[in-house]
This record gives sequence, C-alpha cells and structure tokens, in this order.
Amino acid sequence: MWARILSLIVKELLALTRDPRGRLVLVAPPLIQLFIFTFAATLEVRNVDIAIVNLDHGRWGREIVARIEASSTFDEVIVLSSVGEITDVIDSGRALAAIHIPQDFSRDIEAGRTAHAQIVLDGRRANAAQILFGYINRIVAGVGATARPLPVLTDGVVRHWFNPNLVYRWFMVPALLAMITMLTAIVVTTLSIARERELGTFDQLLVSPLNQTEIMLGKVAPGFLISAAQGTIFIALAVFALGVPLLGSLPLLYLAMVFFLAAVLGVGLFISAISATQQQAIIGAFAFIAPAIMLSGFGAPVENMPEWLQAFTMINPLRHFLVIVHGVFLKDMPALEILSNTAPLIIIASITLPAAAWMFRARTQ
Amino acid sequence: MTRPRQLGSLGRIAALARKEAKQIRRDPSSAVIVLFLPLFLLFLFGYGISLDAASVRLGVVLEERGPDARSLADAYSNAPDFEVLLYPSRAEAERALRANQLRGFLVIPPDFSQRLHARGSWPAQIHIVTDGSQPNTAEIVANYSQGVLATWSTQFARDRGVASTPAISIEPRFWFNEDLRTRYNLVPGSIALVMTIIGTLLTALVVAREWERGTLEAVFATPVSALELLASKFIPYFLLALATMAACVAAAIFLFGVPFRGSFLAILALTAAFLAPALGQGLLISSAAKNQFVASQLALFSGFLPAMLLSGFMFEIESMPEPIRAITAIIPARYFVTGLQTVFLAGDVWEVLLPVILKMLGLGAVLLFFAWRVTPKRIA
Repeated sequence: MWARILSLIVKELLALTRDPRGRLVLVAPPLIQLFIFTFAATLEVRNVDIAIVNLDHGRWGREIVARIEASSTFDEVIVLSSVGEITDVIDSGRALAAIHIPQDFSRDIEAGRTAHAQIVLDGRRANAAQILFGYINRIVAGVGATARPLPVLTDGVVRHWFNPNLVYRWFMVPALLAMITMLTAIVVTTLSIARERELGTFDQLLVSPLNQTEIMLGKVAPGFLISAAQGTIFIALAVFALGVPLLGSLPLLYLAMVFFLAAVLGVGLFISAISATQQQAIIGAFAFIAPAIMLSGFGAPVENMPEWLQAFTMINPLRHFLVIVHGVFLKDMPALEILSNTAPLIIIASITLPAAAWMFRARTQ
Repeated sequence: MTRPRQLGSLGRIAALARKEAKQIRRDPSSAVIVLFLPLFLLFLFGYGISLDAASVRLGVVLEERGPDARSLADAYSNAPDFEVLLYPSRAEAERALRANQLRGFLVIPPDFSQRLHARGSWPAQIHIVTDGSQPNTAEIVANYSQGVLATWSTQFARDRGVASTPAISIEPRFWFNEDLRTRYNLVPGSIALVMTIIGTLLTALVVAREWERGTLEAVFATPVSALELLASKFIPYFLLALATMAACVAAAIFLFGVPFRGSFLAILALTAAFLAPALGQGLLISSAAKNQFVASQLALFSGFLPAMLLSGFMFEIESMPEPIRAITAIIPARYFVTGLQTVFLAGDVWEVLLPVILKMLGLGAVLLFFAWRVTPKRIA
C-alpha cells in the first residue's frame, strides 16, 4: 500500500514540477513577495506633505513653523497665506494635514493664557492622519514647554518587550511565513483534484488499484511537502537574511506547522471535493484565504472585532498559528503555551480532514 | 443553419461574447462569484478589520497600595479602551504577556506616592511594558497609557493647586471622517480588494482554461483574430464586475453606513477605468500561463497580495522605501483605493479622480496590449 501511495505522490509532484513555469511559480513569487512585503510594511508616517497657515507675527508661531520644517517626517511644507486655501490643499490630497496658527497666538502665550492652534487632517487616510497628529502634537508640545515650562509630575517609562525598537519586520516576516505557506498549501491541493476532474483523468485514478484513502493521501502529500519546504526556506531567510530573532523552540514550531498545514490541507481537500472545475476550486480557495487572512489578527487585532466575529475566528487555523509563530520567534513562548495554541489546530485538522474525506467519497460514488 | 453568414468583426466579437456569457450563466458557481462571495468578503472585512482598539487587555501591578496608586489604577480601569486585570507581581504579569493573555502591563513602583508628594523628586515614574511582538498594538497601548497618565496627573495637580495653564493647545479636526471611524476608510479599501479578486483572478482562469482544454484550437480555426478573442472575453467579465461593484457599493452605503458624498457617475467612471487594468492583468496572465495552476498562482501573487499590502489600504505608500514605492505605481488597486476613498468620503474631487482614472486607463492599455501580443494568432 505504501509503495502505491509513494508512486502517486511522485506522480503528483512530477505533475506540478514538470512544467518549468509551474516550478518557477512555486519558488520565485513567494520569495519575491517575502522581500517586498517585508520592506513595504511600516507603521511610520514619512515623506508626507503638510500645509501651514501662520497668521501670527510673533516668535512662537515662527518657532512652530521652524520645528515642523526641521522635522524629517515631512517631505514638503506648503506655506499658505490664508485659511481659505486649506480646503483646496486637503481636498486635492496635496497635504495630509494643515496647521493653522491664529493671529494672536504669541500674544496669548506672552500674556500667560493658553494659545490655541488648529490642525485639519485628511480623514480619508484616518490611520496615517492619526499617527501624524501624534507627531505634530509632540512637536507643538515641545514648543509649549519651551515657551512656558510646567512642572512634570509623572512620567510613564515605556518599554517594548520582545521587540524593543518595534522593528516592523520582526512582526511581518513570521506573519508572511504563515500566510504564504498557507496560500501554497491551499492552491496546490485544491487545484490538483479539480484539474484531474476537468481533464477526466480522475476516473482513471478511481479505477486504479488505489483506494480512496490512498488517493486522498497522495493528493494531500505534495501540498504538504511543498509548503513545509517553503516554510523551511522562509525560516532560514528570516533568521539569516532578515535578522529576525528566533528565540523559541524550533522543533515545537515544526510540530505546530505540521498541524497547521494539516488543518489547511483539510480545507483545501474539502474545497476540491465539492468543485467540478478548477475555476470553482480557485474561487472556493479564495473564499477561504481572504477571510482567513483578514480575520487572523494580522491586519487588525482580534480583540477589536465584535464578540460574535471573535468567536468565529476560533475556527481559523491561521489565527492560532500566528500566535505560535510570533510566540516562538520573538517571545520564547513556553512549551505549554505553544501546545495549548496547537490544540485548536489539532481539533480543526481532525474535523476538516475527515469532512473532506467524507465529501470526497460522497462525490465520487 | 440554412446559409453561411459572413460576420463582421463586431459580429464575431458579439457572438463569442454571447457564448462566454452563456458559459458563465450555466456555471452554477457564477452567482456565488458575482454576488455571494463579494458581499460575504465585504461583510467580514467591514466588521472584522477595525483599528479602533476597543478593549485592550492591560495588566496592572501595584507594588504600592497607597491611595494615589489605587486612584491611578482606577483611572486605567475606567478608561474606555482598556480591560484592566490586576496582577500581584511583575513575574506573573510577565508570564501572562508571554502567553499572549495581555497586550501590555503597568507597574506602579513602591516609591510612586512618595515621589509624587515630594516636589523635589518629580517626576514620579511608572513603567509601561508592551508586547512588542505586535508593534501596532504596542504603539497604541503605549500612547493610550501615557494619555491616561497625563490626564490623571493634570487632575492630581489641579486638586493640589500646583496646576498652571499650558502655553499651547492644539485641536485636531479630521475632515471627511470626523469621528475617525476606521470602517469608513476600510470599507472602500475592501471594495478595491474584492474587485481585484473578481476582476483579475476570474479572467486569469478564463483563457488558461481554454488552452488547457484545447478549445482555443477550434477558435483559431475560425476567422476570429486575437484582438476579437480578447474583446469577447473582456466584455462579459466587464459587465459581470460592474454588477458586483453595484452590489458592493449598495452594501457599503446601506449595510455599513459609509457616507457617500460623490456621484454615481464618478464611481462608474472609476470602476470602468479600474477594470481595464484589472481584467487586462487577468487576461495577460492567462494568455501567458496557458495553465490554470500557474495562472492562479500568478494572479494570487501579482493581484491579490499586492492589492492588499501595496495599495495604501493597509500600509502608507509614502512611508515605503523608494524602490517599493516605484513598484506601487503599477498596481491598479492603489489608484482605485484612493479614488474610492475620495468619492465616498470627500465627493467628486476631480482634481484627485481625473489623474487616478487616467493612470488606471494607461496601465490598462499597456496590460491589454501585452495580453494581445502574447495571445498567439495561430496554432504553433
């Protein structure tokens, strides 16, 4: 029986890699993506343009303008001469923010009152606008402290553990490792059965001496091997090329990866069992991939989602595996914690794989 | 068929497009693709992606239990953004942070009250520890924690008469999205993502499928040219995608309550312009790949992921390194995201929309040209 399965696996791997383009798409795009996305993703706001209307003739208005101009955050500082021009620069997107320093600004400060400045931000880019407001607030507060030093009663000393400088790459690379291996596993598996159905060669497999379990194993194994190999390359690149620390246990990471891939392959197999054409299989794969990524905690923390959706994310293998990859890479997560996050993966795999097998049988009878 | 009819070029395109449309209609999965899948995705994105931290789990370790320390801890408990959990020691809070049960914790050290009450030893320090493995959340936790502390200190100083008026205050006003609901920005962005999936992925598979099945050879035996063949694929999927777009816009307005300040004409122009490069990319991929597996991999890596990560939807383009910013220039979704956010939230600002539309049409022309070039005219 093993010899039969092995020969089917070899046949499947050959089918995938026989075509030079097929070989290439398994290797090149994932690597290119890893590098591009790693460096593309940043939380800083840089190189933005800002507009300033300074109607104040005193020293403090000039001081604010000078400090904004000296800041490396901004690409260009657009000087406006009237408040009316703000609408235009913001609407057209030429500046992300516009600061308005009113006429009596310095006089208010010198008289011991609080001077009020306004800032208009482009809410179309709410996230960047908020971060930028934080920066500007800090600059303006600095000017305020120079103008009138106030006693500082308390101080919060911030320390970011596991990633002291908040290098975004350290977060991004393990996340991409999880996401891209998932994509590969799903696409390779869903398409292999659908393609044989479409070409009619699936019937030949059914009349071969292989039984259905053996066929299923033969169909799952290539996806598993290819994505595990991809994962291994990514781990090596993360550590040796991209400088991401790997503090935790590598064997436990692999153990979790095995169950993660098993859970994902179960989904892939299920989709391919219900699809008649490759097009349907791909659409099905997408109907899984897109929500899995969006609801994994990668783009936005799971805690921010509504209760019912948080409950729904429990069935998402990527969500659990992300906790594990980040935990193993950056946090030296204790073994017990890794295992308790692997447990949901085992449960998901033990549902998706039999469900796929059942669907597979139901559709081939 | 009584007599052979000589069709003109337009007639041939129409006939092939009709055949394509029939094929789409007969496939039961097409209703799923056009309506169900986009709305399902939009629904999940609309509810699932929120950058407004709602309840961040924050640990508090009181190494001192004086009234001031407790009052500060209460200030954190009462802050709307935090769900505060008390830990008896640093070690236990550390363990919880490592186990992913907390996003950060505060330590109020034993000398806090003492330093707070002695003018000479100001500032009294507290420690804010965050989980840096989630940099985004870490930054939010640090900022919110500092904010709560600052508010509490101001109140403390005022109660004791040490307060004085600050020199400057700066008031922010967020135009187009006054309450900063991230949903307003993310839903239009999600539409661009969904439309990329529908436009590029679907068409990527169409021609590849015909190659794989060998039905293209039959088409090549007819007078149909490569250009006519591409047009006949483009038209039905263009109309299909417009229907999807209509459903997405309706969902954005009525389901998610995103304000729609622009005109339908503007959004139609944007969508039509976006579909040129989106479908062009799909057709180019499928003509070049001739194999559905390769086509789907390419569509995934050149369509979906860049639309998600390089379009400005998740990460700011301006902050990216120069070479990557250059790459984003050829990603159609980038322009679509900008255009949609403007039409929805700001209105018909043609100063923004026109350049975006022209760039998308330009990209579309290039992609369709290459798709035409790689489609062989005859069987090799």
